[in-house]
Amino acid sequence: MSTTLFDKVWDSHVIRKINDGPDVLFIDRHLIHEVTSPVAFLGLKSRNNTVLYPNRTFATADHNTPTINQHLPVKDPLSANQLKALEENAAEYGITHWGLGHKKNGIVHVVGPENGITLPGATIVCGDSHTSTHGAFGAIAFGIGTSEVEMVLSSQCIMQPKPKRMRINVNGELGFGVTPKDVALYIISKLSTSGATGYFVEYAGDVFKNMSMEGRMTVCNLSIEMGARGGIIAPDEKTFNYVEGRLFAPKGKDWGKAMNYWKTLKTDADAVFDKEITFDANNIEPMITYGTNPGMGTGISTHIPKAEEVEGGVTSYRKSLDYMGFHEGDTMIGKKVDFVFLGSCTNGRIEDFRAFASIVKGRKKADNITAWLVPGSHVVEEQIKEEGLLDIINAAGFELREPGCSACLAMNDDKVPAGKVAVSTSNRNFEGRQGPGSRTLLASPLVAAATAVMGVLTDPRTLL
Amino acid sequence: MAYDKFEILKSTAVPLPIENVDTDQIIPARFLKATERVGFGDNLFRDWRYNADNTPKADFVLNNPIYKGKILVGGKNFGSGSSREHAAWAIYDYGFRCVVSSFFADIFRGNCLNIGVLPVQVSPEFLDKIYKAIEANPKTVLEINLSKQTITLLENGEQESFEINSYKKENMLNGYDDIDYLTKMKAEIQEFAEARPF
Repeated sequence: MSTTLFDKVWDSHVIRKINDGPDVLFIDRHLIHEVTSPVAFLGLKSRNNTVLYPNRTFATADHNTPTINQHLPVKDPLSANQLKALEENAAEYGITHWGLGHKKNGIVHVVGPENGITLPGATIVCGDSHTSTHGAFGAIAFGIGTSEVEMVLSSQCIMQPKPKRMRINVNGELGFGVTPKDVALYIISKLSTSGATGYFVEYAGDVFKNMSMEGRMTVCNLSIEMGARGGIIAPDEKTFNYVEGRLFAPKGKDWGKAMNYWKTLKTDADAVFDKEITFDANNIEPMITYGTNPGMGTGISTHIPKAEEVEGGVTSYRKSLDYMGFHEGDTMIGKKVDFVFLGSCTNGRIEDFRAFASIVKGRKKADNITAWLVPGSHVVEEQIKEEGLLDIINAAGFELREPGCSACLAMNDDKVPAGKVAVSTSNRNFEGRQGPGSRTLLASPLVAAATAVMGVLTDPRTLL
Repeated sequence: MAYDKFEILKSTAVPLPIENVDTDQIIPARFLKATERVGFGDNLFRDWRYNADNTPKADFVLNNPIYKGKILVGGKNFGSGSSREHAAWAIYDYGFRCVVSSFFADIFRGNCLNIGVLPVQVSPEFLDKIYKAIEANPKTVLEINLSKQTITLLENGEQESFEINSYKKENMLNGYDDIDYLTKMKAEIQEFAEARPF
């Protein structure tokens, strides 16, 4: 029978199917960080359980970490306590741990792929919704709650009903200045933040085939923002080339075996999806969000829709615009901006810094802009230096910070003040997401760079 | 962590008729720094509930003494966003045992079921009826019967049934969780793990 890529990977991990209940799903690789794991370890201890497969779990500190002076003790005692708990739990159970200052430290969804933890055909979970990132490699990857983190630690399994299948095709060629981030924001604006709830999404078509691994990660990362359990892209030569030789990737004979399996990982020609949607790449322009959820996005050259033009309740829509200080019908280009944030598990990879540098090269940061440039990992940071991007960025008046989740969720000191507007390459524009009262416009690294040098929201195509 | 059994819940309800209530509103990230599961209810809806100076916002429903109860009634796409189980913990810790909405985000729904908060999905029409009933009379009592999978407005007997798979239903009726189940499967899991290619 013809099956989808998603079915092939999911079904091969099911240990037991419960009638009118969830599947017991084996998890190949488990990523943990300091925020959602401590209570799971407490639960483990209180039940007198232990970690069943410590070599299948990997720990990194990211959510809570400062992005300057990482060599100094962490000032916030609560953050320091969580970092310490992660370190101690990892040591107690023999789990690989890349803490603050470790050369492999970085955002969990950046270091996973960098170190070959992320593999095609694997099941990967983490107590973080953006675990969907790893689907870029043809893995089934999704975010879980802390109870499930404890399940994986103690049994290497979780219990989940199998999601339905959706395929999103984007065909044609992307226009000038249009990036993977724009593709994702475009899709979410069409589907809404709940449009893919209950589904696992396979991305297919020319656009994803031609996309780099970094770009695919950006797209899969944002799957959760349309409600999807996760996103997946069939692995190809690009994927295999990326994975080969990385720290935890299979080696030698095992590599050959893995490749034989990975080459079977594609959706059969006549496989059927529960839902299928096709978009034309020509209709996508650089995107910007104007509201308080990632579905409230529009082409940067357009205006904020009227309440009647959008689906959903008028009250919630107006509440959202009120929070942003925007009005129906407003033009987006030229909006006043105070902060620019480049980074996060969505856009904190080398390609994102290359894009940013391509615009700021030979220009200067606008005086009214506070900019935070935060690499996704130390590996990315090193690459930025090696490629000469740091010199370009510095010459334009920007500084590079140290890796972490940073202003994406503002658990550390990188907080946008109340009422201030940030153009951010991260993934969520929820109320207060970047600090209490902060106002977030989600965009690509190109839009962020153009805005950072012009001081107001700017279409990057005018500077490229 | 085990939780109290859920059988029949009869309670007044707190209305929150807003769509896309995300987990960052339910519990902002800056309150996720604990290493133990205590006190999350204090920060439930923190930024909607309190001003920057920590004084209560009078217009927020949790600060209105008229509305009380163990049932929270939210708008469509409740619990979207982050996978933080802390959102479900905050709801439970505050004193809610049930969230009613016309649509739930996936991970949030799963987290609720794992910790003993029952997510009850009703039709948009029934959700509207609940809001109207509470608006007319804040003392309106709802009955959630898990065995029968029904939700009833006791005042006028209007009722709807809701979905829950029989595995999760048994768990909630008995106060079991998935770890209890998985622990018994250890040998089977180890056998499976041996055969994995990586």
